Amino acid sequence: MDVGMIFKIAGIGIVVAVLNQVLKKTEREEMATMVTLTGIVVVLMMVIEMIGRLFESVRTIFQLY
Amino acid sequence: MEIIQIVSIGLIAAILSIILKKERPEFSMIISLLAGTIIFLMMISKVQAVLEVFYTLSSRMNIDLLYLTTIFKIIGIAYITEFGAQVCRDAGEGSIATKIEFGGKILIMILSIPILMALLDLIINLIP
Repeated sequence: MDVGMIFKIAGIGIVVAVLNQVLKKTEREEMATMVTLTGIVVVLMMVIEMIGRLFESVRTIFQLY
Repeated sequence: MEIIQIVSIGLIAAILSIILKKERPEFSMIISLLAGTIIFLMMISKVQAVLEVFYTLSSRMNIDLLYLTTIFKIIGIAYITEFGAQVCRDAGEGSIATKIEFGGKILIMILSIPILMALLDLIINLIP
């Protein structure tokens, strides 16, 4: 699952980049920034869960209470 | 072998983050962050096994557990500090990275105070 997540995020990034180009060409600048923001929010929701798991496991292993 | 998995994940993540570096640098930073997290999550069981060996050794040689747990805490703090500082440095934020390292050093110093006290007591007792 984890490795697939890297590809998911890369896919979202590429889609957002392409959409931005398209929206810029059709003079919809504000829509382009909206698309970028939503892309980043979606990706961050996925990454934050992984980082939470990382910090939790480091905390339990090294007894960092 | 896990090492092949690790190297392949690292290479794939590097390639993908380079693809996205020009247009969307924030995504490339997230990909590198995620690759580091995944590689560490794969290595957790190994780290746990090593720590178990240290615990059994120290209990056999009846070393005081305070020192061992403090050392492990320091290792944990050092790892997290390094992880965060390196990610910030990759993202180009050198100053934030140094601040994170500064915080980590202070925390490690605080953790090592009891050991310093024990050492001083030992030295004082040695002097007749």
